[in-house]
Amino acid sequence: MSVLVLAEVDGKTLKPSTYQAITAATYWGLAIDVLVYGKDLDAALAEASTISGVRQVLHAQADHLQHPLVEDVSDLVMTIASDYNVILTAHSVFGKSLLPGIAARLDTASITDVIAIEAPSHYVRPSYAGNILAHIDNHEDVQIVSVRSTAFRAAERNGNAQIVEISVPPSRAVSRWISEQLSHSERPELNSARVVIAGGRSLGEQFDSLLNPLAEKLDAAIGATRACVDAGFAANELQVGQTGTIIAPELYIAVGISGAMQHIAGIKDSKVIVAINHDPDAPIFKYADYGLVADLFSALPELNAALQ
Amino acid sequence: MKVLVAVKHAIDYNVKPDIHTETGQVDLAQVKKAINPFDEISLEEAVRLKERGHVGEIVAVAIGSAEAKDSLRHAYALGADRALLVETDQPLQPLAVAKLLKVIVEREQPQLIFLGKQAVGEDYGQTGQMLAALLGMGVGTFSSALQIAEGHIVVTREIDKGTETIALQLPAVITSDLRLNEPRFIKLPNLMMAKKKAIETLAANDLGVDLRPRFTVTRAVEPAPRPGAVQFATVNELVKQLRQTEVLV
Repeated sequence: MSVLVLAEVDGKTLKPSTYQAITAATYWGLAIDVLVYGKDLDAALAEASTISGVRQVLHAQADHLQHPLVEDVSDLVMTIASDYNVILTAHSVFGKSLLPGIAARLDTASITDVIAIEAPSHYVRPSYAGNILAHIDNHEDVQIVSVRSTAFRAAERNGNAQIVEISVPPSRAVSRWISEQLSHSERPELNSARVVIAGGRSLGEQFDSLLNPLAEKLDAAIGATRACVDAGFAANELQVGQTGTIIAPELYIAVGISGAMQHIAGIKDSKVIVAINHDPDAPIFKYADYGLVADLFSALPELNAALQ
Repeated sequence: MKVLVAVKHAIDYNVKPDIHTETGQVDLAQVKKAINPFDEISLEEAVRLKERGHVGEIVAVAIGSAEAKDSLRHAYALGADRALLVETDQPLQPLAVAKLLKVIVEREQPQLIFLGKQAVGEDYGQTGQMLAALLGMGVGTFSSALQIAEGHIVVTREIDKGTETIALQLPAVITSDLRLNEPRFIKLPNLMMAKKKAIETLAANDLGVDLRPRFTVTRAVEPAPRPGAVQFATVNELVKQLRQTEVLV
């Protein structure tokens, strides 16, 4: 009886969401194994072996896993899946691409985007763009679950797990990695930042020049609405909302954001929401804790000065 | 090349759902429904591939009750060549839908299978990945750009920190993200013509697929409402409050 957590390696180290997935995995009170796959894994393996609550780190190394593809990782997981009662991963882009296929191959359901585990097979997950929280009883023998990172705290590091090498099946070669185009930002990552400041389309060409100084001062990640991204004022990966990144920072500052349903779905679990908007009737004020009705082109420089 | 596009007749994305007081479930009886927006993007992409000469036939397939024909007519109006309804009144979960689609794929033998990255409503986001795994095909999830080449398709995908480009051997499964394209405006004559076109109908129960639910939504609840904003007149008052509540350090 044990739980398998599928880790994700980002460069050399584990993604923060892996720590959050491991916290979720402790719910069952079963032994936890973490599968670390890729190439050049020494740092990630050392890291994984020190995470509290981990029994074993399964080390799966192969050239073709350098840039992991869904089909190859799925084949790898299938070689060990029968040893586990629970297979769990973070609801990251890779996690959500991978997990349902594994469930289908095991002829079982997968429960995605879980924000709470209330009993060993009872989960809570958002639906209808976050307007509904669905309580789910999963009747399957094997529980296949992806968890929303922001809903779980990160696991600590005072463990000492054994590292066990496992064999990797050859690539099926139905898919091939070609390239990636990553944004290199000095700012904290959107989904794990303590403070997020986000802007809407009305910032226009001044998006960067208005938000950057504030983000710098607050050590904040920068976010944007879908409309703002579509208009080309902000990069795609900055999009916050149902179809972008879902965040839950300590402080969220919405600048010139009206509060469309799809955006609210991405921010509603933030601890404190501050909205600055010139329209006193903007829906965002219904969700915000603190509001300021003001023209953002004068309010942002003022805010910047007030934070000196 | 033949393309299959899965079309879900989903809750209209502008509708805020209500919870039925007696059942404790989302009340879907009188709710406005329409083609799932991500499926409309899939269809648009199939039509564009056809316009560029890569695709010969576009088959739209819906799984659901007879009212799903509305979304198939929408698919016809957008440019589908054939429409197929796998009819059932039973609500189906992603694994059952994936298994039904597998039967249709085996029958139709398309080279490309499009699904939306998720259906609005339950927001499971699983069916495309499940279908690809059941078929042993490659999957390109969260696709934002496509290019057809000899025997494969090059897919640009939206990932956590940017984009990634992969190549998938054909046949393959693609799930569409928002930025793949912007669906064209449907002209009224196309919609009128679509009403006259035939929709082939199969009974889901006749396809030899295990449709039983694997989990139960025991209840649906609304998240606790937030109290609404405390308004400030000036930036300085706002900053003072944030410092007092220690969210600004």
